[in-house]
Amino acid sequence: MERKLRILVAKPGLDGHDRGAKIIARALRDAGFEVIYTGLHQTPEMIVDAALQEDVDCVSLSILSGAHNHLFPEVIRQLKAKKMDDVTVIGGGIIPQEDIPGLKKAGVKEIFLPGTDTRDVVAWIHQNVKPRKL
Amino acid sequence: MAQPSEKPAAKELKERLPEFTTLSSRPIERLYTPESLRDFRAERDLGEPGEYPFTRGIHPSMYRGKLWTMRQFAGFGTPEDTNRRFKYLLDHGVTGLSTAFDMPTLMGFDADHPIARGEVGIEGVSVSSLADMEVLFDGIPLDKITTSMTINAPAIAVMAMYIAVGERQGLKPSQLGGTIQGDILKEFIAQKEWICPPEPSVRILMDMVQWCAEEMPKWNSISISGYHIREAGATAVQEMAFTLADGVAYVEEGVRRGMDVDEFAPRLSFFFDVHNDFFEEIAKFRSARRLWARLMKERFKAKNPRSWMLRTHAQTAGVSLTAQQPYNNVVRTTLQALAAVLGGTQSLHTNSLDETYALPTEEAVRIALRTQQIIAHESGVTNTVDPFGGSYFVENLTDATEREAMDYIRRIDEMGGMLKAIEKGFPQREIIDSAYRYQQQVEKKEKIIVGVNDFTIGQETPIETLKISPEKERHQKERLRRVKETRNRTKVETALADLKRACATRENLMPYVLNAVREYGTLGEIVETFKAAFGTYKDPGHF
Repeated sequence: MERKLRILVAKPGLDGHDRGAKIIARALRDAGFEVIYTGLHQTPEMIVDAALQEDVDCVSLSILSGAHNHLFPEVIRQLKAKKMDDVTVIGGGIIPQEDIPGLKKAGVKEIFLPGTDTRDVVAWIHQNVKPRKL
Repeated sequence: MAQPSEKPAAKELKERLPEFTTLSSRPIERLYTPESLRDFRAERDLGEPGEYPFTRGIHPSMYRGKLWTMRQFAGFGTPEDTNRRFKYLLDHGVTGLSTAFDMPTLMGFDADHPIARGEVGIEGVSVSSLADMEVLFDGIPLDKITTSMTINAPAIAVMAMYIAVGERQGLKPSQLGGTIQGDILKEFIAQKEWICPPEPSVRILMDMVQWCAEEMPKWNSISISGYHIREAGATAVQEMAFTLADGVAYVEEGVRRGMDVDEFAPRLSFFFDVHNDFFEEIAKFRSARRLWARLMKERFKAKNPRSWMLRTHAQTAGVSLTAQQPYNNVVRTTLQALAAVLGGTQSLHTNSLDETYALPTEEAVRIALRTQQIIAHESGVTNTVDPFGGSYFVENLTDATEREAMDYIRRIDEMGGMLKAIEKGFPQREIIDSAYRYQQQVEKKEKIIVGVNDFTIGQETPIETLKISPEKERHQKERLRRVKETRNRTKVETALADLKRACATRENLMPYVLNAVREYGTLGEIVETFKAAFGTYKDPGHF
């Protein structure tokens, strides 16, 4: 039997809006994934360390404060630096449409905007995230 | 006794839904009748407007006497940008200012701290020192306008900066009117912009409250806030219950310090969210006033009627706005603002239609302000006091809301008070449970959100949004560099060392913070002093 996917739900930056992150964390857990939640106010270094230590397959970033253009690419850059390019990074929150192409170019695989059905996130992960070879 | 819906005739009625509930999942009957108010006694539960228990409002003539303060929350980019926005809003008829600070400021970091990178001026205005505050309020006479400042963990430092700006305008603290949020307990419950652990955080806050009570008779030294609790997913009852329980905790702390309750209770103010369910929201305001009056009079034995009065600022629900079909947000905001007015608020902020994308553009914020002005001057709802008073439905809902909120307050008392309840994660878990339940209701279409899970359109037309250039961060760092170069370094270091020493005693910290601020000690330096003395707080990460 294939092992359960491990997903890190992370809140980068200083913003304290964690409703979305917590709803996603619960929905993913209810869907049968192993979920680790970082808690708030994480730097990219802290998120990448947690991803490494927890051997996660996917990192789900949530941000509302508008700092996504700086923080999302920084997480991906640091994952690469630690040879974790095969970790799938997804994001959600208050992210303007016009920022999405840039974030995808930086390596964010999918962006989920407000109003997303959590079942769509679960389905996307089932289709797109493969367990890493550890 | 039989409920109306159980009568045989009612069963034959065809109804649209198997069950009708409020936004907060409270069951709603088909019809409310005098039977719904069996335990209701008008003289006890309603009273007169302006009199205990203030169910009908805190003033005898309410909006016939004076309209609410139209106070649009504003702040972005540099202090120069926000100063311009303040003046724009004043030109268009706001009657009070309200300042939104960026995330680094809310968390007590200067603009040049590495962790602030990418966040300076993005979600509010950046303030690192008195030099920023001087620009922020440049040309705005602080004795002529009241200001509200939404800041909590570092509130004492920002308050000191505001006082110092007043001094530079030749004003004494006693001439300044307004509100500082300062509500640190709700940070641990919902908003989560904290710095030190709960206990020392309450000490720092209460030092400010005590100082303001003595020196600033026109100042509201805490705005006890349900807004963020609701936005994090609480129901209307939870919002009100946790907010009032926070209020109880502050009053207990004040009394424990030896303050007379009537010395500071009249300066406590409240801040509520106002969400989509029109009647539930009206009932929330009415029952909150009544419950607070009863708590203050019966539990704390306050004698001054002003101590019994729950005065509120309200903000329409940001969380209810949708990125889909953004113009619908104007309609949502109108209904919410109307509920706040019918609930009897003293001050109101209406959200702008573009706030699911970014901070508002000038045009969007003007429409939001016009919404208030249309309600005030065109709708006629301001012409009589508490028009829903005596409505079978609204009074029933008011009673139920008060009863359920009081149940929560009792449970929190049994845990040993709000600080203990927070340590147990109790309010935090109740809120996320409600948020998750609501999400599931939306996904099952038990709750309809127009444009999101029903009545959708294919391609959305983008609207104009406000962009904050990265140039703002450079500008702020540059001003901070100049401040650090030109200030008297010895005086700053002495002021900070004095503050550090005072932290280890039970002395009031406010005069020390004021001294540091006057010498251009930065927000970050003051907060670092607190961190060194009291430690920091980490998110326990319950989900």
